[in-house]
Amino acid sequence: MNKVSKSPWLLHYDASSCNGCDIEVLDCLTPKYDIERFGIINTGDPFQADILLITGGVNSQTESVVKQLYSQMPEPKVVVAVGICACTGGIFKECYNIKGGIDTVIPVDVYVPGCAARPESIIDGVVKALKVLDEKQAAMKKDGR
Amino acid sequence: MRQVIFVFAYLILAPFVGALLDGIDRIISARMQRRKGPSILQPFYDLGKLFSKEMIAVNNVQLLLNLSYLVILMIAGCMLFAGADLLMVLFILSTADMFLIMAASSDSSPFANMGASREMLQMMAYEPLTLLVAVGFYLTTGSFQVSDFITREYSAVIWMPGLLFGFMFTTAIKFRKSPFDLSTSHHAHQEMVKGITTEMSGTTLAIMNIAEYYEMVLLLGIFFLFFVNSTWWSWIVAFVICAVIFFMETLWDNVSARVKWKTLLYSCWVVTLVAGGVNILILMLIM
Amino acid sequence: MIPFLIGIPAVFALIFPFVRDQKARGIIVYTGAGVIMLTTVVFIVRWITDGARVLMLYPETELVDHLMSVGDVVLMCLIIYMGVKYRRIVPILLSAAQTALLLYTEFTTELAERQPHMMVDWFTVLMFIIIAFIGGFICIYTVGYMKGYHSHHKEVQDRQPFFFSMLFLFLSAMFGLVLSQNMIWMYFFWEITSVISFLMIGYTRSEEAVNNSFCALWMNLLGGLGFAVAIAWMAKVNGTVQLLDIVSVGAMLPLICLALAGLTKSAQLPFSTWLLGAMVAPTPSSALLHSATMVKAGVYLLLRISPAFQGNLVGILVSSIGGFTFIMASMMAIAQNDGKKVLAFSTISNLGLIVGCAGIGAEETVWAAVFLMIFHSVSKSMLFQAVGATENTLGSRDIEDMHGLIIRVPKLAYIMGIGIAGMYLAPFGMLISKWVALKAFVDSGNFILVLCIAYGSASTMFYWTKWLAKLLCYHIPRESVKDVTRKDEYVSMIFHAATMLLLCLLLPLVAIWVVNPIVQELFGNAKDVISMSVLTTMAIMLVSIFIVPAVMFFISRRSHRELVPIYMNGINEGDNRFFTNSFGEKEHLYLSNWYLRFEFGRRHLRIPSIIIAAAALVLGFCIVIGGAVV
Repeated sequence: MNKVSKSPWLLHYDASSCNGCDIEVLDCLTPKYDIERFGIINTGDPFQADILLITGGVNSQTESVVKQLYSQMPEPKVVVAVGICACTGGIFKECYNIKGGIDTVIPVDVYVPGCAARPESIIDGVVKALKVLDEKQAAMKKDGR
Repeated sequence: MRQVIFVFAYLILAPFVGALLDGIDRIISARMQRRKGPSILQPFYDLGKLFSKEMIAVNNVQLLLNLSYLVILMIAGCMLFAGADLLMVLFILSTADMFLIMAASSDSSPFANMGASREMLQMMAYEPLTLLVAVGFYLTTGSFQVSDFITREYSAVIWMPGLLFGFMFTTAIKFRKSPFDLSTSHHAHQEMVKGITTEMSGTTLAIMNIAEYYEMVLLLGIFFLFFVNSTWWSWIVAFVICAVIFFMETLWDNVSARVKWKTLLYSCWVVTLVAGGVNILILMLIM
Repeated sequence: MIPFLIGIPAVFALIFPFVRDQKARGIIVYTGAGVIMLTTVVFIVRWITDGARVLMLYPETELVDHLMSVGDVVLMCLIIYMGVKYRRIVPILLSAAQTALLLYTEFTTELAERQPHMMVDWFTVLMFIIIAFIGGFICIYTVGYMKGYHSHHKEVQDRQPFFFSMLFLFLSAMFGLVLSQNMIWMYFFWEITSVISFLMIGYTRSEEAVNNSFCALWMNLLGGLGFAVAIAWMAKVNGTVQLLDIVSVGAMLPLICLALAGLTKSAQLPFSTWLLGAMVAPTPSSALLHSATMVKAGVYLLLRISPAFQGNLVGILVSSIGGFTFIMASMMAIAQNDGKKVLAFSTISNLGLIVGCAGIGAEETVWAAVFLMIFHSVSKSMLFQAVGATENTLGSRDIEDMHGLIIRVPKLAYIMGIGIAGMYLAPFGMLISKWVALKAFVDSGNFILVLCIAYGSASTMFYWTKWLAKLLCYHIPRESVKDVTRKDEYVSMIFHAATMLLLCLLLPLVAIWVVNPIVQELFGNAKDVISMSVLTTMAIMLVSIFIVPAVMFFISRRSHRELVPIYMNGINEGDNRFFTNSFGEKEHLYLSNWYLRFEFGRRHLRIPSIIIAAAALVLGFCIVIGGAVV
């Protein structure tokens, strides 16, 4: 019963997105897509979150923030990179201030491509992330933590 | 004997009842917004998950204060269900809340501190009415003992409809329902992150949630007292009306937006004065 | 024994002007306080072993009577001298008027012979304990405090001998006041306390201090005038000046005049300004005079005559003013950030509740009032001392500066925390009295007071909670502070804290042994105001309030935990004190309490509340005087 995947809470962070993906993330909450049916809550608080959902590539300003938010989340936790910028840096990859995808800073578990990523694919990505979450929890239990 | 059963039933069942009500509340809310909503057991899943998470904390006292909040709330609830003094129950309830405020302000977190300040303000807003409710019961039954309320010939609500209305109005604060969910809310996206619970994670948050369930049942218990009398069928009626009241709180939650603190304070105090005060005045004159 | 009780502190007061050495003075203070406490204990033990009967003493006191008349004149001369020196006319007029009235009454009226001048009963004994122990320990506290005060305030002239002298003289006057049964005697001691309060407020001799001290003086003298009028009326019309006869005669005019005296002394609206001004005085005088004892003299008088208040106009007036003060003062306390100001407002507000109880004049309310008085004396004097010590340590008594005091000066924070908890948390003593008061207000059918207590306790809760939360904030201090609180101060504060906890634990016993007899003596019969089961519940609750966190402490310590920085949108800089601002620079985090200045500020509430209370008082006087003349 106490599987994390039954109640994954989500923290959404915009690293340097153009807001296209962010709008799509919010779309997931609307009645049409309704991610709450999976028990997902979009909490704004890293202390209570299990999934870190990041849009946009990492730039020099947001790098430390992403790291800090990640460190404030309790284990088990997964990271979902939403949108092509978050996956690889996208069209901004060569910009002087962009470090690249999220995985240049913290380990990413699921990549959701698209520009902007469609709500369906975001939900799909999050549901995939839930499997990873369960695996991590099982691994944690094995370690006896 | 009956008291002991009630107390144990409260201690054991209250979190389940509370969580179930929370689940129902979330489904009803979802349906009101034309969504499917989570499973009815979602609060249980949430609790299970929270307990299984890694323990991280911002300081060493928060867990202790949250646990104290839970235990003192349980004591308050036990006293209510054991038929003890209602006024005392209310006083202890506010003492319990004090521990929650301490837990939130035990670190210098800006969001949690702001939440704690708002929680204090909310207490200031609802406190007068709860005292008046106790006074109302005293005037109708001649005692503050809960056990005396339930053996009356007629339901108390006949004499105190104004107080019932006022209590329904201010209980939105305690249920953390919109428009009065200033200090923290069940919904995502707040102006203050998660308010009073911002720095709570995992087990600490789970304890806080369980305490809220205990509190929810306690408050419904007080609503129950408005309707119950010495007849057996009044218990059923009271159950049904409590369910209706809970539904109305959910409805109100969904149709109203969060208000500013000034509106909260003034509206609660005015309602207390008009609905509660007038009711008490009339009771004092006729009793 | 009784001359010793009054005499010993007075003798000590005479010694201090001749002692210039710090150390010697400290020793004398310790001895003095010790002797006072010892005499009190011996006296009480002897009185109880003698059967705890009500004693009526000193029917023949011709000589002392004359000495007191001389004393009254001396006090008047002192006030006139000070008035002329600082060019204030009102105190001179008031003082001259009341002294003249009193002397005229004394020498022209025939009073019944062989009436007792002093009385000892349970109420007196309770006051003895408060005066001797709280007063004595405050004197001990003063030894350490004044050293710190003068090293902190270099600009103030060091007049410590005078200060100690006044403290001890005050104790002596208080003993006299609570013993007196003859109103002329009581008036004498009453005036002494007023004048001492005046002198102590003016201790620093700054302009503010002088202004505030004269404010206190004229208000207290107005009360004194009321006292004098009451005496004159009783002497002329009824031929007696016994306090007990006030109750048995029950004439309205002396009653309202005495009520005026009580209201001014206990700083009720519209006279609460003086107590706020009195906060410029060094903290020990605030603790002793302006919260623990002298302001209690006002409620003491009101409680003494409270059986006469039951169900008449004066009673309604007094209780309404008390209830009104309770709610207004507690609202104004919300907007204060100066620790001593909050304490002052809270004192006024709690006294308001006691006065409200006294004004109803029923057994239950008096029961609650006595309880409130006990708890308020202990916890408020403790809080004042803690704030004073904090001020010496931090250099500020602003509540905002007490952020994270639990880390910086843990001992003071604990003491302050106990004091605050004692003031409002369930199941500490103040709350049980509130419980009884609420019940009694409902029983007496006083709707306004019920509303006052409902709203007032809500706002009381708000200002205490935010202070407590401020203390307990976990915060790495910006700069470490050295606790400069001296041993003397800790001795006193720890005594108070221990007393507070003991009082809460022994609540049922206090109720049975002390409070019930007082009610019985005042009303002739006592019913059990609060059932034993409730008291036991309270005691159990109290234990659980301490045990629960303690047990939880051990449980929670067992759990493994990883400490992470607090949430500041992911832009913390290092520890929890800094964040990155929009310029990419380090910015200091600053947290502040809510003060709601625009809603509950003194500026908005003070004048209207004074006007309302004054109007009520004037109206009451008009009706009573009209009734008396017709």
